Amino acid sequence: MLSRTADNLFWLSRYVERAENMARLMEMGYRMALMPSTGDGNRSEWESVLSASGCQGGYDPNAPLRQEEVANFLIFNRDNPSSIINCFEAARASARAMRTAITAEMWEALNNALMELRRPSIHNLAKNELPEFIDWVKRQGSLFRGTTDSTLLRNDGYDFIRLGTFIERADNTARLLDVKYYVLLPETSMVGDGVDNYQWTTVLRAASSLRAFHWVYRDDYSPYRIAHFLILNPFSPRSLAHCSEHITQHLERLARHYGQRRPVHGQAVEMYSLLTQSDMEEIFANGLHGFLNDFQARNRALSAAIAETYHFGGQ
Amino acid sequence: MFNEMKTDDQVREPYRALVEWMEASGPEVLEQKRLEAETLFRKIGITFAVYGEGGDPERLIPFDLIPRIFTAGEWRKLERGVKQRARALNTFLYDVYHNAEIIKAGIVPAELVFKNAAFEPAVIGIDPPRKVYSHIVGVDIVRTGPEDFYVLEDNCRTPSGVSYMLENREIMMRMFPDLFKSLRIEPVEGYSDMLLKTLKSIAPNKCDRDPNIVVLTPGAMNSAYYEHSFLADQMGVELVEGQDLFVSGGRVYMRTTRGPERVDVIYRRIDDDYIDPLCFRSDSVLGIPGLMNVYRSGGVAICSAPGAGVADDKAVYTYVPDMIRFYLGQEPILNNVPTWKCGKPDDLKYVLENLGDLVVKEVHGSGGYGMLVGPASTKEEQVTYAERIKADPGDFIAQPTLSLSACPTFVESGIAPRHVDFRPFCLVGDNIRLAPGGLTRVAMREGSLVVNSSQGGGVKDTWIMAE
Repeated sequence: MLSRTADNLFWLSRYVERAENMARLMEMGYRMALMPSTGDGNRSEWESVLSASGCQGGYDPNAPLRQEEVANFLIFNRDNPSSIINCFEAARASARAMRTAITAEMWEALNNALMELRRPSIHNLAKNELPEFIDWVKRQGSLFRGTTDSTLLRNDGYDFIRLGTFIERADNTARLLDVKYYVLLPETSMVGDGVDNYQWTTVLRAASSLRAFHWVYRDDYSPYRIAHFLILNPFSPRSLAHCSEHITQHLERLARHYGQRRPVHGQAVEMYSLLTQSDMEEIFANGLHGFLNDFQARNRALSAAIAETYHFGGQ
Repeated sequence: MFNEMKTDDQVREPYRALVEWMEASGPEVLEQKRLEAETLFRKIGITFAVYGEGGDPERLIPFDLIPRIFTAGEWRKLERGVKQRARALNTFLYDVYHNAEIIKAGIVPAELVFKNAAFEPAVIGIDPPRKVYSHIVGVDIVRTGPEDFYVLEDNCRTPSGVSYMLENREIMMRMFPDLFKSLRIEPVEGYSDMLLKTLKSIAPNKCDRDPNIVVLTPGAMNSAYYEHSFLADQMGVELVEGQDLFVSGGRVYMRTTRGPERVDVIYRRIDDDYIDPLCFRSDSVLGIPGLMNVYRSGGVAICSAPGAGVADDKAVYTYVPDMIRFYLGQEPILNNVPTWKCGKPDDLKYVLENLGDLVVKEVHGSGGYGMLVGPASTKEEQVTYAERIKADPGDFIAQPTLSLSACPTFVESGIAPRHVDFRPFCLVGDNIRLAPGGLTRVAMREGSLVVNSSQGGGVKDTWIMAE
């Protein structure tokens, strides 16, 4: 297929996933803010959300770090390239640039989402009923993935779409964990108390994984297990291991389809091995933050290698 | 004014079944259907952007539910006339880029062709495959009476609107399955297949395999982008932009995830000026550097051929009936609208004296921009326009304000007659092919004669009744 089409498919699904992940981050902030004040020295929940979103730089330093302002920035701000509305604008623009490569159902899912977001009434929903709005965004992501799953030809285009989804999702799960571990509660004295545990379960909730976690580990909410669930457990659909497994599989499919193995395939396998061969004790001992940073750097490098290998951007 | 549905309060024969159905359904049902249709269009994303007007870049073209209907007999005449014209125009193009017999014979003035901005010296002497230059000819036709059809203009470059012909029909069949079951309406869906056959038939000399065809678009910001993607999709060929193509070793390739892939036929929807920055506009980022060299050496076919625009110039238009007589030895089946060429002193005088009754157009303009509709204009507008004409008379032509036929159309106050025109799309390759139908455009404002979608015109489905 055209390189430009592959490029568009890859980024289209990344943007949809990113919009959904922004919503998940806000869900985490919203729930954490429901807890009674955690005392001095803690940074505000919404500041953490902003920081984890990776778009703090664009936020007006004089604006208050409250739900209304931060949420508005993350949802509707046109100058924030990762705001939910910009994600959907970018996704739809990519879709429009290669209408022939996606199905009518996928197009409708994206087109309807953006039409709704452009309507003034959605602002009230986001302002007054943030959880409702967050659910709405997650539904749009599900619709897009669902229509992709049920209508798209399983050709190379499908692989590029799925690669975009899992690379973006892995990045997001790493961010969610990092915000909890590094940004939200840096003081060691507080680790392990009631607030700390509540925050860990909130991370699970944001990853839609609370019930799944119960099934796997029963009722023990130790940070260790939660981190294990979201990093190393291959059955958890948002874990780094699971995302990495899918990335490897879709790259393998491309290698078979094109009859060409390239350095990018080795790179993906290496990232996957890192996750299958580590254990949590080791990760915690060496520092979770460092581990997550390293993973994110590898994930970014992999994304760049995919772009290079398949000639994205007219190379 | 000729009302295509009713004459002297008698419903004309092709419309009878439709009128009965509409009366039986009642206005509420029709209004409901109208809303459904609009939702469908918006959902599918059939939109039309208007350059330089701001606002919604994906505005919908108003779609009118009430179809425009031709009898089999009317269509036979139109079909023969359009094919005749397409053949003559292509013969003319080959002629002016080779021996220019028609100019030597003194029928068409040399300066009109050779000094024309659309005349392309870069293609002189080149033989395109099957000697065809304009592979898709859109002929704009208006009607003024039961037997009176006139050709308003020819579009030999990249006429747009065929996606509306196809999608309007899809929507109508979805909305009114009963009507399609009980009436015998000629299907138009064969168009995409005819287009693919036509494009395959003009593969370049060097092509030794089933040709690889692409549709070349300026990109998603272009007003006709929907149509470009629609046609590529219908034919199952790639929709490419200039950045996807490159020239190497005398051939054209596209960049794919597997590496370079050769391209044999380019159905381009980009103007001549932009297709090759080495040959034409050096500031163009839409085109493919070196494309024209490959074209000249027979490594790729371009549809429409560069230089085809010289045949659809509004001043050349006036000579099309003479071309038909000269090349084909036939009388034109479809008439031209009588036209005054402001470049001629007598004509100029007449035009300036009668501005209030005429339609004046720029020779090189298109899309309904920059024209003066005399009867609808103010005295001030006429004075301003007269100054423009005097500044460069050769750039203008004028035609009488024809009393265009009208078709019943949904408007805010209910159903009322609105003026229409008609554009069939004739395909020229190994054969001349014409799908039974075309695009009917309708001027949505009362009394307006301007049907261009860029000026607020709408579209209708066009039904050709089977024998």
